[in-house]
Amino acid sequence: MSPAKSLRRVRERPQLKKVPTGITGFDDITGGGLPRGRPSLVSGTAGCGKTLFSMQFLVRGAIDFAEPGLFVSFEENEQELTQNVASLGFDVADLIKRRLLMIDFVRAEQSEIEETGDHDLEGLFVRLGYAIDQIKAKRVVLDTIEALFAALPNELTLRSELRRLFRWLKDRGVTAIITAERGEGEFTRHGLEEYVSDCVILLDHRVIEQVSTRRLRVVKYRGSFHGTNEYPFLIDEDGFSVLPITSLGLDHQASTERMSTGIAQLDAMLENKGFYRGSSTLVSGTSGSGKSSIAAHVIDAACARGERCLYFPFEESQPQIMRNMQSIGIDLARWVSRGLLRFHPARPHVYGLETHLAMMLKQISRFDPQVVVVDPITNLTEVSSPLESKAMLTRLVDYLKGNRITALFTSLTPGAQQADMYEAGISSLMDTWLLLRNLETNGERNRGLYVLKSRGMSHSNQIREFVLTDRGAQLLDVYAGPAGVLTGTARIVQEAQDKAAILSASNEIAEKQRALASMKDAMDAQIATLHARFAAESSELNTAISEGLLALADQGNILGDLRRGRASNGSSSGKKGAKHGRQYQSGRDNGRAERART
Amino acid sequence: MAVNINPAETTGEQSGHEHRQWQLRLYVAGQTPKCLTALANLKKLCEEYMDGDYQIEIIDLLQQPQLAKGDQILAIPTLVRKLPEPVRKIIGDLSQTERVLIGLDLRPR
Repeated sequence: MSPAKSLRRVRERPQLKKVPTGITGFDDITGGGLPRGRPSLVSGTAGCGKTLFSMQFLVRGAIDFAEPGLFVSFEENEQELTQNVASLGFDVADLIKRRLLMIDFVRAEQSEIEETGDHDLEGLFVRLGYAIDQIKAKRVVLDTIEALFAALPNELTLRSELRRLFRWLKDRGVTAIITAERGEGEFTRHGLEEYVSDCVILLDHRVIEQVSTRRLRVVKYRGSFHGTNEYPFLIDEDGFSVLPITSLGLDHQASTERMSTGIAQLDAMLENKGFYRGSSTLVSGTSGSGKSSIAAHVIDAACARGERCLYFPFEESQPQIMRNMQSIGIDLARWVSRGLLRFHPARPHVYGLETHLAMMLKQISRFDPQVVVVDPITNLTEVSSPLESKAMLTRLVDYLKGNRITALFTSLTPGAQQADMYEAGISSLMDTWLLLRNLETNGERNRGLYVLKSRGMSHSNQIREFVLTDRGAQLLDVYAGPAGVLTGTARIVQEAQDKAAILSASNEIAEKQRALASMKDAMDAQIATLHARFAAESSELNTAISEGLLALADQGNILGDLRRGRASNGSSSGKKGAKHGRQYQSGRDNGRAERART
Repeated sequence: MAVNINPAETTGEQSGHEHRQWQLRLYVAGQTPKCLTALANLKKLCEEYMDGDYQIEIIDLLQQPQLAKGDQILAIPTLVRKLPEPVRKIIGDLSQTERVLIGLDLRPR
């Protein structure tokens, strides 16, 4: 066979045809639903939702896929069944009227039955066949056929007949669900998995430390890929829903869009822009450090931009939160009434962790918010181990990031200690970590906030004092100086002291400047005096020098005259010379010239 | 198709008389060996223990599948004792006579 041919064979490999169940999430983890035209086994302990799963398969089939369904009940009669599922939003009566659904109650009680020899279950086959034909059923549920083991005395006959029944269902081409009770160690109490081997689904209802969690697992799906994990599922007013929440990879888009935190000074600490959209932020701190207030600010700002916010409080009720936030000037009620803010409060112990997550994801997918707040996330660890809660949080964060939802988680730090192990564990999931700390000094408690980390931005490394006012939270620059980090009154006092110190220092400087100026003045004055004296003395000296020179010149002339014999009176000529110095100057030059000549 | 077997009178279907003590209904599905055995065994029993005071209605579910629901028939063959009350159900080909008699309250349990 050529490679091309074999490739085509692979491509043409017939895919197992599947029937969508219409159960939220289930079709995702099975890649399309249950195997078409084959029986599937749904096993689980009492009260784990088998009947509901089956009924939803039929109801959704009838409504969404126009496939009529037959529900063969071995335990509850039509009326009981109709009532039970009505509370989950199924209008079974209407579907029955429209011949899209049929409920057939097969009652089998051992007390009425005596076995007297060879027999088969042809009566059941006839009955099923007749019912299927009546509404042209494409989907069939047998809930739970194991009741027959209690009713019919001959197990050997029953087993061979069940084998025939499942074969027969296949031949009829109906997609069937056979429910079974979970047995010890086995999938079913009576080993039905031996007969129904195409698809086995296990429903589980575990109670650990008084908290129940429902989980679903596809044990086996012949001829198909399927998720093998345990998936939490919910049974609520919308019926049965499975949440395929295990993250597949780290491929979420990273947004460069920024969003304000609602606190201008906090924005300032984050490059003046706030959080990245779609990022996860952890706000941790001891109780009463203002975590919820920060959350309220973020919500208030988001709602003001017209974004939808979903708040999961695990400690306080909605009215309590709204009242408390009113006291710091944040009116959340207006956003609630405008449909932009929704609260979904729950006590941590109401469900198990998985169920909490499932519930949260469901709410998120339904409300489609831009911002989600979980307050506080630490309460969820109370219902599980730190490992589980981290796994759960990872899934939640992944889901939120995948949907570009900005998340804010608050975390309660016990006591006044540093971030505990749990926070250290989950912090790696967080993009931004704001730490609120109580600073207790001088008989008062002040709140300090700092950005422990913030991925992808150059955030401030400084502690700010976090003050709650009736106009919201304010961040103030704390006093950080040689005396340490001071907040509150100590900060105010220290600031005043500093101001005084600065004032006195500046006074001193001014004084010195003045002294310097006056010294300079004095110096300048002295220089001026010296200049004046110099001028005066130098002119005197010049005069004296001139006179001296004149006298010298006169004397020279006289000597010349004397040499030539023309001198008459040396003393009188000296007087004359002083009077007519300038005239004699040339005469002296002449005299020099004359001396050169001689 | 329901077939009535009435040894005392040869009346038509559903001809219940007040004085008849035994009203029996045998559910079968076609003419299988099991069903034929059951019918034969039933007739013999009735002759022997009911002094001819009985009525047997045979219902073939292949012909009337809708009737399977009424008496909650699962196994074939099933014998239903409609009268005397309370209703009793006996499944199988009725070859274990002692058990049939117990099932019909002709022997103490």
